[in-house]
Amino acid sequence: MTTVDLGMPGTRIAYGSGNLYEETPFPEHARAELKNTQMRANIGHATHTIRGKRARVVGELPDWQDLRDAGSAIKQEVGARLPELLEQFEANVTARGGVVHWARDAAEANRIVTDLVRAKGVEEVIKVKSMATQEIGLNEHLEGQGIKAHETDLAELIVQLGEDKPSHILVPAIHKNRDEIREIFSRRMPGTGKELTNEPAVLAEAARSYLREKFLDTTVAISGANFGIAETGTLTVVESEGNGRMCLTLPKTLITVMGVEKLLPRFSDLEVFTQLLPRSSTGERMNPYTSMWTGVTEGDGPEEFHLILLDNGRSAVLGDPAGRSALHCIRCSACLNVCPVYEHAGGHAYGSTYPGPIGAILSPQLTGVAAEQNNSLPYASSLCGRCYEVCPVKIDIPSILVHLRDEDIRTKHGQRDQAATQQRSTVIEARQAEAEAAGVTPEPAGHPAEAKKKKVPSEMDLLMKAAGTVMSSGTRMGLAERALPLGRGALKPFGGAKWLPGMVGGWTQERDIPVPPNQSFRNWWKNNGENTQQRVAEDLGDTQLAVSAGGEVPASSLAGEIHQHAAWGAEAQAVAKLRAERDQAEGATTKDSPATSTGEREGEQNA
Amino acid sequence: MSQSEAKATILSRINYALRDQPVAPQTPRAYRRSSSLGHAEVVDMLEDRLVDYKANVYREDASSLPGRIAELLADSVTILPDGLDSSWLPEGLSTVRDHNDDGAPLGARELDALGAVLTSSTVSCAETGTIFLNGAADEGRRALSLVPDHHVCVVPLDTVVELIPEAFERMDHQRPITMISGPSATSDIELERVEGVHGPRRLDVILFG
Repeated sequence: MTTVDLGMPGTRIAYGSGNLYEETPFPEHARAELKNTQMRANIGHATHTIRGKRARVVGELPDWQDLRDAGSAIKQEVGARLPELLEQFEANVTARGGVVHWARDAAEANRIVTDLVRAKGVEEVIKVKSMATQEIGLNEHLEGQGIKAHETDLAELIVQLGEDKPSHILVPAIHKNRDEIREIFSRRMPGTGKELTNEPAVLAEAARSYLREKFLDTTVAISGANFGIAETGTLTVVESEGNGRMCLTLPKTLITVMGVEKLLPRFSDLEVFTQLLPRSSTGERMNPYTSMWTGVTEGDGPEEFHLILLDNGRSAVLGDPAGRSALHCIRCSACLNVCPVYEHAGGHAYGSTYPGPIGAILSPQLTGVAAEQNNSLPYASSLCGRCYEVCPVKIDIPSILVHLRDEDIRTKHGQRDQAATQQRSTVIEARQAEAEAAGVTPEPAGHPAEAKKKKVPSEMDLLMKAAGTVMSSGTRMGLAERALPLGRGALKPFGGAKWLPGMVGGWTQERDIPVPPNQSFRNWWKNNGENTQQRVAEDLGDTQLAVSAGGEVPASSLAGEIHQHAAWGAEAQAVAKLRAERDQAEGATTKDSPATSTGEREGEQNA
Repeated sequence: MSQSEAKATILSRINYALRDQPVAPQTPRAYRRSSSLGHAEVVDMLEDRLVDYKANVYREDASSLPGRIAELLADSVTILPDGLDSSWLPEGLSTVRDHNDDGAPLGARELDALGAVLTSSTVSCAETGTIFLNGAADEGRRALSLVPDHHVCVVPLDTVVELIPEAFERMDHQRPITMISGPSATSDIELERVEGVHGPRRLDVILFG
């Protein structure tokens, strides 16, 4: 029995390492990806198709919202009771003949797997698609140690043979089309001949024959886990192709790498998650195969079972009450499929193993926002809130994004010196450990003190300060606006500005600056404000505005606020509707007269 | 040594992360946990969902079952789990049992050389079209229903339930569980569904009773 000192001195927040980083800031990477029209077309098609399927099968269940509520509550319980549940889980897996290992970070998990594989004296292993092993970069690590890991999921195999990176959680090779896949197979898959066409069925058959040999002969398999049950020690893998069943059943040794957050307290909780996951993920009522096993069963499946419980930054995520619900994620990818940013930028732009909206909150939290590598991710969103609506466990992604933006800004302004320094030093340490484990010289790391961001005001600070001074006084604002015609004169011959210097250049990266109008709004309002108020009174009369119906969204969240603000549009809609009705009535009586009141009003607006 | 250290460190980090002492909420379980449909309706729903997954579905009773099995498995060598009800079996079916001459279970390559497998099942969920195998004597070990390319699965009518919670109630977690919803499939290439990858490419379900 281990006793743990609550908040003992020396306990530190420890962030994760591995494939969790953006290699280039999101905007830069996204700009390059946007030019890849094939990728964009494929992703657009995939996300829209899966989105439609999901909506259909979710609509079939009268109790979908009840299931979401249950799923969300169970995951909150897991977070709150995690130490106790982990102990219980370990005890039950051990009692049933499994061996439990604990890995603080990616390097430690990789080392444990390598030692286990080496102990079996083999040089090849088969793998079930797993996000956790991708996160820790297991395949690359094993390769460096002379062990070949064969991915057995069709999409992962395509990605692996093509020496590519996954672009979607569920369908990792969705950025490749059938011709590209045929080309990869014929080049890299032994035993494929000229008869290989680009038909998906033919390509799948080729993969089947190639992998069957691996399944029949390989004695060690590595998997992830979708769920682990504390109460019984049961593990679950959800899949479609049967490659998972092969890996979990035929080899003599099974090694499972599972993030500590994948626990569920009770066996009966599976009745909630086996309904939430497939409908949210592939848009099916149920995925073709789900496997569950508890330890080792004599005469059925592997004789040896190892479970590696992985932290790698998860405890750090848990430590932020405003962000910890990111750990509720069950990796369904529904948020990717509805995200307007993901749809255009694709999965590679997010850098980390976890793309899309969930990646934008999970990756920076696993590594620490101040780790710099991921500080552009919380901005990779328009905060439209769709990800929250489809999330099967109700993770309020928009609110967490805003929270992380706040963290990022405060870090940049030196208001989180200590945390920033600590984050940076833990990341540097983890990377060095990783590099040493892999036998390469670590890149020289910057001194942690560098994370103490400059307190010298930045360009943005100066701009904001200047804008604040001007805008806080009507007189100053009026004076500033007199400069408008100047700008107009300068820009009109060019039809607007396409490039601005320095920091404000950020604006012209995404759009052109139009030619300024000939007068400011304040100026216009001075002459026309009164008319406008009259017009509103005229339009609405004594009409009561309809109160917009409240949804399921709690108002305390950002998604809730967005929802409430949408109600503000009800006023504008009411005005438009009344106008349309009246115009129709007037149009009937004054059809022959061109000088209708509407026409006059339009004239005023253009004045 | 290093392992107990790793465990202590991780638990210490987690305890530190939970220093605000969040409270575990009660799980609201307002979702459906028992069926409100008649049994015939539930069986119809299961058939509908299985067909939707491209499984072949047959309805047989005690007298017609052996004939159907004979027809479905005529061209194959079929492996049978030891506990399978022998009254289901037709005369003249070409079968093997799961042990070779020295009593050891068949190896993976031996299984791969067989054409088909015939099993029973523990429970089936109509709403999702899912058949649950639970390592029972008439289902055999997991490899049997996986490696041969053709799976004929008997679903006794009294094992059909409507909802997932009703199905899980009948599961024994001590033994391996395999949930099967149609033949194996992939949509990894341009989202075009291809039935049959590594699991059995042909799934025949006999609703029996």
